[in-house]
Amino acid sequence: MIDATVVELSRMQFALTALYHFLFVPLTLGMTVMLAAMETVYFITGKPIYKEMTQFWGKLFGINFAIGVATGLTMEFEFGTNWSMYSHFVGDVFGTPLAIEGLMAFFLESTFVGLMFFGWDRLSRPAHLAVTYLVALGSNLSALWILIANGFMQDPVGALFDPDTMRMEFTSFSDLVFSEDAQAKFVHTSIAGFVCAAMFMMGISAYYLLTRRHREFAARSFRMAALVGVIASLAVITLGDALGRADYLLQAPKIAAMEGIWDTTKPPYEPWKLIALPNDAAQRDLFSFGLPYVLTPLVTHTFDKPIPGILELESDAKPRIVRGIQAVLALHAYATTRDPVALAVFRQNESDMGYGLLAQRFAPDQDLAKITAAELPTILDLTARETIPNVFVEFWSFRIMVALGFAFLAVFAFGAYYSLRNRLERHPFLLKLTMWSIPLPILATEFGWITAENGRQPWTVFGWLPTFQSASSHALGYMLFSLIGFALLYSSFIAAELYLMFKFARLGPEGRAAHAPPQPGPTLAGAPGYADKPWQ
Amino acid sequence: METYVILKLIWTLLLGVLLVGLAVMVGMDMGVGTLLRFVGRSDAERRATLNAIGPHWDGNQVWFILGGGAIFAAFPTLYATSFSTFYVVMILLLFSMILRPVAFEYRSKVDARRWRGAWDWAFLISGAVPMIVFGAAIGNILEGVAFHFSWDGQYYQDQSFIWYLLNPFALLCGVMSLALAVYQGGAMLMMRTEAPIAGRARGFAMAGGWLAALLFAAGGFWVARLPGFVLTQPVDPGMPATPLVGSGVAMAVGAWLSNFYIAPLLWIAPGLGFFGMIVGPLALAARRPAWGWWLGALAWVGTIFTVGFAMFPFLMPSTTAPAQSLTVWNASGSAYNLSWMLAFTLVFAPAVVIYTGWAFRIMRGKVKTNAIAENEHSY
Ligand code: HDD
Ligand code: HEM
Ligand code: HEM
Repeated sequence: MIDATVVELSRMQFALTALYHFLFVPLTLGMTVMLAAMETVYFITGKPIYKEMTQFWGKLFGINFAIGVATGLTMEFEFGTNWSMYSHFVGDVFGTPLAIEGLMAFFLESTFVGLMFFGWDRLSRPAHLAVTYLVALGSNLSALWILIANGFMQDPVGALFDPDTMRMEFTSFSDLVFSEDAQAKFVHTSIAGFVCAAMFMMGISAYYLLTRRHREFAARSFRMAALVGVIASLAVITLGDALGRADYLLQAPKIAAMEGIWDTTKPPYEPWKLIALPNDAAQRDLFSFGLPYVLTPLVTHTFDKPIPGILELESDAKPRIVRGIQAVLALHAYATTRDPVALAVFRQNESDMGYGLLAQRFAPDQDLAKITAAELPTILDLTARETIPNVFVEFWSFRIMVALGFAFLAVFAFGAYYSLRNRLERHPFLLKLTMWSIPLPILATEFGWITAENGRQPWTVFGWLPTFQSASSHALGYMLFSLIGFALLYSSFIAAELYLMFKFARLGPEGRAAHAPPQPGPTLAGAPGYADKPWQ
Repeated sequence: METYVILKLIWTLLLGVLLVGLAVMVGMDMGVGTLLRFVGRSDAERRATLNAIGPHWDGNQVWFILGGGAIFAAFPTLYATSFSTFYVVMILLLFSMILRPVAFEYRSKVDARRWRGAWDWAFLISGAVPMIVFGAAIGNILEGVAFHFSWDGQYYQDQSFIWYLLNPFALLCGVMSLALAVYQGGAMLMMRTEAPIAGRARGFAMAGGWLAALLFAAGGFWVARLPGFVLTQPVDPGMPATPLVGSGVAMAVGAWLSNFYIAPLLWIAPGLGFFGMIVGPLALAARRPAWGWWLGALAWVGTIFTVGFAMFPFLMPSTTAPAQSLTVWNASGSAYNLSWMLAFTLVFAPAVVIYTGWAFRIMRGKVKTNAIAENEHSY
């Protein structure tokens, strides 16, 4: 028997630790690339201000990076500590990108980040530039591999269930890596990181411009960030559209919930709901306002394809649930008796196995064999409803992300325009707005993840393994222990992070004079051959 | 032999290599963290200590992360079962591990005694606790763990952790692992710090090495008296990887030594372990820290391979359902997966070794106490 409270707490812990990790990840993804860009300019022009920029923004990056690393450690082990059934069920496929991520990306990033910070005086200029590029490459490769792993959960390609090992076995590396979902996800997420980094740089520079400090430094940083921001936010919007289309093709319930579509509109002139109050219990909107005709081309990229609504999806699920129950019963029989007849029955219904597992939750004692004919219709109804994610959460988290995305484009565009015309200081309102916008892109990414992950419910592996079945069978006390511990630790981390971030952002680039003489003189001296390199 | 069997064996060997890499590289940094408050008396000395591994701790830590990822992929059921079974200590390990990255980056950014003092404690905890847990987990696995699987592959724990995870034998293994870490960290500090830090580090390291030798010997005698596990029926090494079908397994006192009697050549592993732990401190006494460091690595190779040889083919035996014990044969990934992973390892592992070596070369030499204040990114 699976304890529903323990599953809920495991979900809560995963959601909190992942959302928390992702408060820091986007800045890492974006800032490493920005640092590489600044250092490139320094390399080409040799102007010291660009070195100063690289070092100052690098310091703020470091404050953020440390917690990204710390919270990533939790994530790497959390599948094993809290999702044992999941790990057993898909480890053969899902573990592989995680392992490759460590080998190919984390080693690269983490080894060279040390040299990036400590190697200014020990490396030649080209070597240091190369190191910074490797850090940027490493962080984005890490995103690539983790998102390939996540893509598998959304669209499980490249693996087949094997009744002899009771798990999904890896069958195609290229299908896994080139999964449409994973690729679309990677570009959208990594560019969302650039948006976050651009807003961060632009906002802090705006603060200096407002207080009339470090003006030269701030103006250059602002311009660079604004230009990157315009391009990145345009790209994020375009790629978000591609991601939505991948969802339309692969995860109908997610797209229906995102857009709040209860009934399939026929002929397909689906309105695009701008505002609505979806009520999950009653399965209808309490209120809604939308633009007719608009959604169908937006989502399907055609004028005549319908978008299946939630009620239709639920009734479509029922025959699959019936076959799924057959599949799971046959699988159980095969597991205990190795009976070839049972195997044949399983094979016939195999593709719906997940729906049978989903029905277990509602069966008496969670045992499908105990379902009576009289109970079956109720169980079908309950399970069918279970296949739909929470619509309210999905609808609004998606809308918040999209609205913010368009708002960023506007902020960046105005910023770039006035910055190119050197009129920024005459627009304090814009500067203030930029400053206050620093946390917003990070907020948008959080809502994006809620859209992606809440929309995948009730599955951990879409269509194959229900979340309810995936968790470790822990005692309640264990979960309380870990949850409380994470809450305490993570809250103190964020307090320390914000304190240092504000402190060093306020100090500004010249604040470091208090620590170090401006001259790049010998620091960690003592390396042989150190003094005879002309560029030092 | 079938390809699948060869792949399973290669990945078992690589699991050993991975654990050695983890123990040596992460252990060294953990040792430095543990020693921080003892070798560094003033703030300047502590900063010098931290900066000795400052440019490298993050790269080294990836051995730990890769440990998680590679076990996940190569032995999925082991990953799923072990970390859940050891939940409470794993979470303790994570709580302490995650203090460390923050401690490095944040400690010296604020010039206040209490702030820095608090982070110094964090270094002690985040150095000592993970090493004790690492050793204790190996000890627990030697003793066998109480778990079984239901028909669908869900694992169940049969005994609550409190009274058995941190038992005397496991604690002995834990302390030994901490002692070796202190040794390795001390050897590193001798190379990269100046007097008086280096001198103090040498004292701790020598004590750590010899203590580890003592505990290794005691552990050996203990294991001879411990119920170990043996296969009572031959299994097909090329079997589909699942513990659910069950295999014939019995528990018997002293069974963990049987592999050594079957193949006496295996005694090389404990021999190397003792050699490293006894001669290493002598090298430090002779002020040869680089030799001492490599001998410490050898000690880890000896220890970890001793455990591996003793247990082969078991990975995590079950005391309550011995037939469902996890072995090299029934807990691995599929042949397809193991081959792809091997391909990646063959390309990227040498690259990692090369650029890590390069990074250490670039940063070599002693950290000067007075120079730290001049680098704005110093820890
Ligand atoms: C700066 C952040 C940001 C901004 C402005 C946007 N997104 Fe986004 N979005 C993300 C950051 C993000 C993200 C955090 O990176 C997510 C979470 C999962 C993922 O793949 O990317 C995401 C997920 C995500 C998903 C769900 C993916 C899934 O189901 O797996 C869709 C459909 C979109 N986005 C679409 C859009 C559209 C149409 C946008 C138009 C303005 C948009 N996003 C702006
Ligand atoms: C770092 C960015 C991520 C964030 C913010 C995030 C967010 C979330 C949230 C909010 C949930 C809870 C969903 C619910 O229960 O309603 C969740 C669940 C989960 N996510 Fe993610 N996720 C992230 C990335 C990933 C990735 C990359 C993977 C896999 C590689 C993943 C695997 C899971 C798993 C296993 C669960 C638990 C089971 C479940 O509730 O579905 N997540 N995540
Ligand atoms: C939920 C699944 C995730 C896991 C298991 C995970 C794992 C990790 C780990 C172990 C680290 C520390 C690396 C180090 O010490 O150097 C880390 C940091 C990081 N992660 Fe995550 N992560 C997850 C989600 C994500 C997502 C969704 C992304 C990107 C889109 C991401 C990108 C990064 C980046 C860029 C870092 C920066 C630090 C570094 O690489 O060192 N992670 N993550």
